[in-house]
Amino acid sequence: MHPAIPYLTAAVLFGLGVYGVLTRRNAVLLLMAIELLLNAVNLVLVTADATVRAALPDSGQVFALFVIVLAAAEVGVGLALILALYRRRSSIAVDEIPLNEAENEDRSEEVNA
Amino acid sequence: MNGVLAGALPAVPLLVALVGLLLPLRARRTAAALGIAGAAAALADAVALAARVKSPTTGGWRLVDFGGGLVVHVSYLLTPAAAVVAVAVGTVALAVQVYSVSYLHDDGRYPPYAAQVSLFTAAMLLVVVSGDLILLLVGWEVMGICSYLLIGHDRTLPEAPAAAVKAFVVTRLGDVGFLLGIALLALAGHSFDVATAGARPATIPALLLLAGVAGKSAQFPLHTWLPDAMAGPTPISALIHAATMVAAGVYVVARLYGVFTPVALAVLGVIAAVTMLLGALAATAQLDIKRVLAWSTVSQVAYMAGGLAVGVPAAALFHLLTHAAFKALLFLAAGAVIHAVGSNLMTRMGGLRAAMPVTFWSMTIGLGALAGLPPLSGFFSKDQILAGAWDAVRHAGPAPRWVAVVVLLAGLATVAVTGWYATRLWLRVFFGPLLGAAHDPPALMGWPIILLAVPSALLGLVVQFAGTFPGLDWLSIGALLLAVAGGAGAWRLWRRGADAVPAALANAFYLDDVQDALVVRPTLALASAVRRADESLVDGAVEGTGGGALGLGALVARWHRAALPRAATAVLGGALLIGIAAIVLVGLR
Amino acid sequence: MTSADILLLALGAVAIGAAFRVVRTSHLVRAGLWLVVTLGAVAGVYLVLAAELVAWVQVLLYVGAVVVLLLFAVMLTRAPIGASADLDRPGWAGALVGGGAALGLGALFVDGYRWQKVGLPAPGTAEALGAQLFQHWVLPFEVLSVLLLAALVGAIVVSRPET
Repeated sequence: MHPAIPYLTAAVLFGLGVYGVLTRRNAVLLLMAIELLLNAVNLVLVTADATVRAALPDSGQVFALFVIVLAAAEVGVGLALILALYRRRSSIAVDEIPLNEAENEDRSEEVNA
Repeated sequence: MNGVLAGALPAVPLLVALVGLLLPLRARRTAAALGIAGAAAALADAVALAARVKSPTTGGWRLVDFGGGLVVHVSYLLTPAAAVVAVAVGTVALAVQVYSVSYLHDDGRYPPYAAQVSLFTAAMLLVVVSGDLILLLVGWEVMGICSYLLIGHDRTLPEAPAAAVKAFVVTRLGDVGFLLGIALLALAGHSFDVATAGARPATIPALLLLAGVAGKSAQFPLHTWLPDAMAGPTPISALIHAATMVAAGVYVVARLYGVFTPVALAVLGVIAAVTMLLGALAATAQLDIKRVLAWSTVSQVAYMAGGLAVGVPAAALFHLLTHAAFKALLFLAAGAVIHAVGSNLMTRMGGLRAAMPVTFWSMTIGLGALAGLPPLSGFFSKDQILAGAWDAVRHAGPAPRWVAVVVLLAGLATVAVTGWYATRLWLRVFFGPLLGAAHDPPALMGWPIILLAVPSALLGLVVQFAGTFPGLDWLSIGALLLAVAGGAGAWRLWRRGADAVPAALANAFYLDDVQDALVVRPTLALASAVRRADESLVDGAVEGTGGGALGLGALVARWHRAALPRAATAVLGGALLIGIAAIVLVGLR
Repeated sequence: MTSADILLLALGAVAIGAAFRVVRTSHLVRAGLWLVVTLGAVAGVYLVLAAELVAWVQVLLYVGAVVVLLLFAVMLTRAPIGASADLDRPGWAGALVGGGAALGLGALFVDGYRWQKVGLPAPGTAEALGAQLFQHWVLPFEVLSVLLLAALVGAIVVSRPET
């Protein structure tokens, strides 16, 4: 098999993931794009495991497993944060998050009013 | 012994002054006693010196060495002239101290006043006996500050502070030239010694010294401070602004006479001639009795300066002595009149001849001496100066001949005008209808007046019998006739009841306003411009740096405060760039 | 071109196409569903590359848990059903950086591997991977469990309602 194919796939997936992170305003969609990034990395790891003769066999796949676990933990905490944000501001657009205390007080007064 | 006496002469009043400055304000009697004692001691010392010193003596010790031969000594240079001037200073100081006790009996700040008078006496005596230029300068400057403090003594008087500042600043202007002149003299001669510095002629230092003389002695163009200085108490006007400080400039020129080249003496002569007439003419149009006397002082000091210019310093010093006596007398008597009438203005005075006989006769003697009537002292001293001028016209003295001509003509004209204003003053104060109740002054004020009347009357005769008077020639008779003519003119005007006070004369040809426009206003404008520049430029630069830093920080903070997407873009874009750079660099290798 | 290559090509195309829909669609729920397709395709690629355990774990965890979580979040934040208008920011910055990243990585890989041919490895069964994991990778394994615990506790704490 030609490893260039899965590698290139991973590269394109990575690029699409970056595009999604920088473009999406909804925080959940942002997390989805981050999942794309992580998947691209996993793909590279697994392909490398098949391509390269490592000192420890199957280490690429082991790393891929670890990354999947980390992704799961990250999504859990991230979604908890998104829910907390939504509860306070009833909007999860990432470019509407206040940057300092003043904006925060103005906005939260609007929300509570 | 001479050294001790010479050293004690300024030191005793100085000590008295320092102690007096420490006294609390309630200690009037102590202060008065201290002041009188100090002045009496100085007078006794001066009399002793006058008796002992027959030829110039010097002595002293070294104070500090600046290298290059410039050594400052605490030294004295005693000459018979110096001793006599010291006697005059001591006499007037003592008279003023005694007089002040009564005149300022209701003053709340008497101890500092008496102490400052003692300090002034010390400074003047220092100038008189000093043998070192720096010491002379010290005395000179201390006199200036005492004058400032004493003019502004009465703080309730609205015009006093401005007058004090004006006196100080105008004389200061002259003092700058004085300091430069002394510096140049010392550098040229490699010595601060008065005797050696005073022997070598040099034009530029002489002209610079004349600046200081013009300031301190109130000569044109730095004469404007003296009439305003009359805002000070009358005894101070008598001591500082009539008898001693204004004569200090003349004294210094006489002391350093060898420095003055013909050019410098010509300048001095022109200044003297202008000032003589200016002062006398202004005096004819004043309504305030003290201002008449102030302008008279300006005019008479110019007489002394004229004597110096035509080459008779001895005559100038003689006029200094007689002027000290009669001008102090006039001021103290005027103080008695003011005290009796309650006002300075001659429009409130009149007919005081019968009410104040002692004052009347003393003042008559003083005015007669001023006008130059024989056998009073002023006649002799003025004639010596006029005779010296006439000699210089015929035989060419140290100054060019035309200077002597100018001085002589101005002097003769001034004699006439002096007679005019003296008579005017005499008639207006003592003749005519009596406007209110008045009485002779109390003893403490009266006795100094009487005692000063004695030398005013007799000093000339003393000198006459010492044999230095040229005799009654056409010049002295001519001057006498001119004085009488001036007096007659004033009498006729007074009889008609008119009092011509032409505005030009009353304002002394508006020279004060010229000075204000040319010097004061530009300086004030410059000062406020400098202050604004300091606040906006200098302070502004400092504060602007702080403000600028804060602004820049706020700007950067605003850029930094990026929302999440923008920050993420920046981070990822940066990582991409770094990655590309790494690839390219590694790939190139 | 072996059969493995053809499968890789096909599955890669599916993954890329679905990923494209994930980042471009304006329907929130559909994005989640396209993500399922992408993850499934990637799992397929793993199978072709003989990484069996990883493939099934991917399906289990990613498709089964993560995507479900994401869809729950979409529902809990009251996402509109149907297209939303203001879902995206201007895309040029993202396209630039993303395109650059893709191109860069792609160039790197192509430069590294060209058109090499590699033989398929031994299948990464649960047994084989387990042996590796519990021989050489025990410590990271345990640390990961602690991390999962921390994430669990953190998520609970953060999402508690404010009292």
